[in-house]
Amino acid sequence: MAHKKTPAINGGSMADISFLILVFFLMVSTMDSEKGLQRRLPPMPQQNQKAENQKVNRRNIIQVKVSASDHVFAGDEPIENVSELGPKVIEFLTNPNNLDNLSEKKTENIEGFGPCQVSQGVISLQNDRGTSYKKYIEVQNELVKAVNTIRDQFAMANFGKPYERLDEDKQEIVRKAVPQKISEAEPKDVKRK
Amino acid sequence: MAKFIHTGKKEVPPINTASLPDIVFMVLMFFMVSVSMRQTDKLVTLTLPQASEVAKLERKDLAAYIYVGIPDKRLQSQYGTESRIQLNDSFKSTDDIKDFVASERESLSEGDRQFLTVSIKADENTRMGIITDIKQALRRCSALKIMYGARKTP
Repeated sequence: MAHKKTPAINGGSMADISFLILVFFLMVSTMDSEKGLQRRLPPMPQQNQKAENQKVNRRNIIQVKVSASDHVFAGDEPIENVSELGPKVIEFLTNPNNLDNLSEKKTENIEGFGPCQVSQGVISLQNDRGTSYKKYIEVQNELVKAVNTIRDQFAMANFGKPYERLDEDKQEIVRKAVPQKISEAEPKDVKRK
Repeated sequence: MAKFIHTGKKEVPPINTASLPDIVFMVLMFFMVSVSMRQTDKLVTLTLPQASEVAKLERKDLAAYIYVGIPDKRLQSQYGTESRIQLNDSFKSTDDIKDFVASERESLSEGDRQFLTVSIKADENTRMGIITDIKQALRRCSALKIMYGARKTP
């Protein structure tokens, strides 16, 4: 009985085949990672319910407007450079000297942390139909940055670590203590200037 | 001097390529893990705006994409040079967003539907008018979680 040896499979073309698959994957896939600014839109008011006149106190709202010509206004003051907006918002939200015209603070009991002064300030962002998306995102980014700065300060003061490096529970506490209230107002015809 | 005289032919030994497939497979695996499948062909040219505070989208499978931008060069004769909205593989209007969101919802499992995030990828030169229309349309069909696509500032 002659023992027949199975011939070895030639693996030489393996590399070619896997290169082929590699090229296929390179072509059908995208590398770009999904990054961006996450937002939550306000729900549409019910039809029979009149847009509830804002219960929010006037002093608790800072209006940020971006005009059609991409000029930024905070309150009624024009802002030359978007980077000046950040400090303004921070001052409005933290209200370090407890001024009457800046946002109000309310003591709230946060679970797992205890009573804490929470700013009631709301940033209302308005834009025109002619505003460029670039400027809009720039302003949005600046607002988020301002809130993140305050969160970092809070986290440093209370937990001794920046917000990013806290664990999930503590981040939750910080998020409650420093809420990110950016309202993208109902589109209105912002006066063309 | 015999020391320096080489006798006999000395051949350069061939490079052993036995491990080449393994290496290529490794690269392949890396790409498969790090990359997401392209679901739609982009018909618009767009440069995302830059932002420094970007966050990563955690569940890519729960995202629906809306592209806004100027149609590609080759499509401009047909669709013009105005900013257009692209849903799936074709240009649509804001009225179609409702159906789009509904079908995206449909494709998710029951429990995941509430987490649907609509990622708006718009060119930085787009006017806000069109974005506002999209936002209103999304609110109307209560897809409230949105993300403004942006690049991270280097």
